[in-house]
Amino acid sequence: MPDLRELYQEVILDHSKKPRNYRKLEPADRHAEGNNPLCGDRLTLYVRLDGDRIADVGFEGQGCAISKASASLMTDAMKGKTLREVEGLFDAFHGLVTGAPGGDRKALGKLAVFAGVSEFPARVKCAILPWHTLKAALEEKDTVTME
Amino acid sequence: MTAKRRASSGMDVKADFPILRRKARGKALVYLDSAATSQKPKSVIAAIEDYYSRYNANVHRAVYELGEESTRAYEGAREKVAKFIGARDAREVVFTRGTTESLNAVAYSWGIKGPLQNGDEIVTTVMEHHSNAIPWYFVQDHKGVKLKWVDIDDEGRLRMEQYDDLITKRTKIVTVTHVSNVLGTINDVKEIAERAHAVGAICVVDGAQSAPHMPVNVADLGVDFYTVSGHKMCGPTGSGVLWGRHDLLQKMEPFLGGGEMIREVHKGWAKWNDVPYKFEAGTPNIEGAIGLGAAVDYLTKLGMGNVRRHEEEITRYALDGMHGIDGVVTFGPDDVKARGGVVSFNVGDVHAHDVASILDVEGIAIRSGHHCAQPLMERLDVPATSRASFYIYNGKDDVDRLVAAIRKVKEVFA
Repeated sequence: MPDLRELYQEVILDHSKKPRNYRKLEPADRHAEGNNPLCGDRLTLYVRLDGDRIADVGFEGQGCAISKASASLMTDAMKGKTLREVEGLFDAFHGLVTGAPGGDRKALGKLAVFAGVSEFPARVKCAILPWHTLKAALEEKDTVTME
Repeated sequence: MTAKRRASSGMDVKADFPILRRKARGKALVYLDSAATSQKPKSVIAAIEDYYSRYNANVHRAVYELGEESTRAYEGAREKVAKFIGARDAREVVFTRGTTESLNAVAYSWGIKGPLQNGDEIVTTVMEHHSNAIPWYFVQDHKGVKLKWVDIDDEGRLRMEQYDDLITKRTKIVTVTHVSNVLGTINDVKEIAERAHAVGAICVVDGAQSAPHMPVNVADLGVDFYTVSGHKMCGPTGSGVLWGRHDLLQKMEPFLGGGEMIREVHKGWAKWNDVPYKFEAGTPNIEGAIGLGAAVDYLTKLGMGNVRRHEEEITRYALDGMHGIDGVVTFGPDDVKARGGVVSFNVGDVHAHDVASILDVEGIAIRSGHHCAQPLMERLDVPATSRASFYIYNGKDDVDRLVAAIRKVKEVFA
């Protein structure tokens, strides 16, 4: 039976109340908007690159605790990563929250707290919105919408 | 069921609804999303099972006994619904899939295929559900018709004085929801219909959140079209009604074409069937109509006046309970005489989605998001709200669980 604590762990609550990297980056090499029209989550992600590494990343927006915490923990994890490593983390996180097997869970580190989301399928889109937005930003697409 | 519980809610029908025995997330289910869809009593479920077990056959055409029985039941359901909503003539009742299809049929037949022209006006409101907005956008885009919007005040009531300016002699349609699915506001559709008729316009009313919850008499309201959601009034999903004034339905072009809605068909031309069959193309949702008829029987037995009184009581109890929690904001009028049992709310800064998830784990089903009313969310300047909606099977005990769970939300996000 899914437990509230699986979804609203201390780490997630902390990051949703005090999101890290919650600021606009100016100037930014990439930025994209993500929104989940189904529930009103929306965010803008900013990225500064250093070659093929992420030098800095920030986000602004409004959304539920899950999406905010996901954006906060994601942006922390992304700093200094190569674009290749970003892709690997994306796949691992996606697998984690959808309950799919495989993916490099060890590489996720703190992000593993989102494992509980797989028990609440309705919230998966909240958790992955920032990730799809980051992907869009790096691929130089302006906006992404969760269907 | 204790005597105490019976006294506290007045309407004690939970036992009629099999689904309410189940657990949700390991706790006794508290279902507070009847605005999205209602639960069904045993008698409705039994009626559908009975139809398929004893007399399933296509309607209107068969020369055999089974077909006569199914036709009698289908048309019998039509008569029941007509009586339920106060229609003078059962021919004014068209079975549809629900209010969305009903509103699309009017917009298409009256707006797109019908007499509306470039520069004509449709007056609507900012509180409409998307089902009573998008079909008119189609008319706007297709015909160059102008849409105008009546605003709401801080309590979520329509600013009726705006009709003075917005309705002009170019206005052809005035449309409004009888009860808002977000604010719960009950609109004075009788007055609005009079304003429409004063300039020769028709009045189209979305009754999705009203017909299940209060006595409705379309003849008395004086409206021209009224839509009913079967599945929100204890009927099956996929069932609903478009009520229209007989003379208007006769004038209208059909919406869907096919069998049943024709009288004769030749190569390249056809003659349409009489109303209401003109608007019932193809094999209808026969089980849906029969189930809806059984739902009408069930609600009629309870008495819609009693249904309404119960809802006023529960809503008052809920509003008082929620207002007792610091940081909880509710939307819509505080006066329960002016609103239905739909209560949208926010809990401080907590996002509606998080509220709903925490309540879900407590076994409570509420809705969160924009409730298919994004223009209204923009107008209220909120990204989303949570929404609890009460119906006949909800009692004060359900409200107590809701209020306790909202306190839990505050604990989690302290």
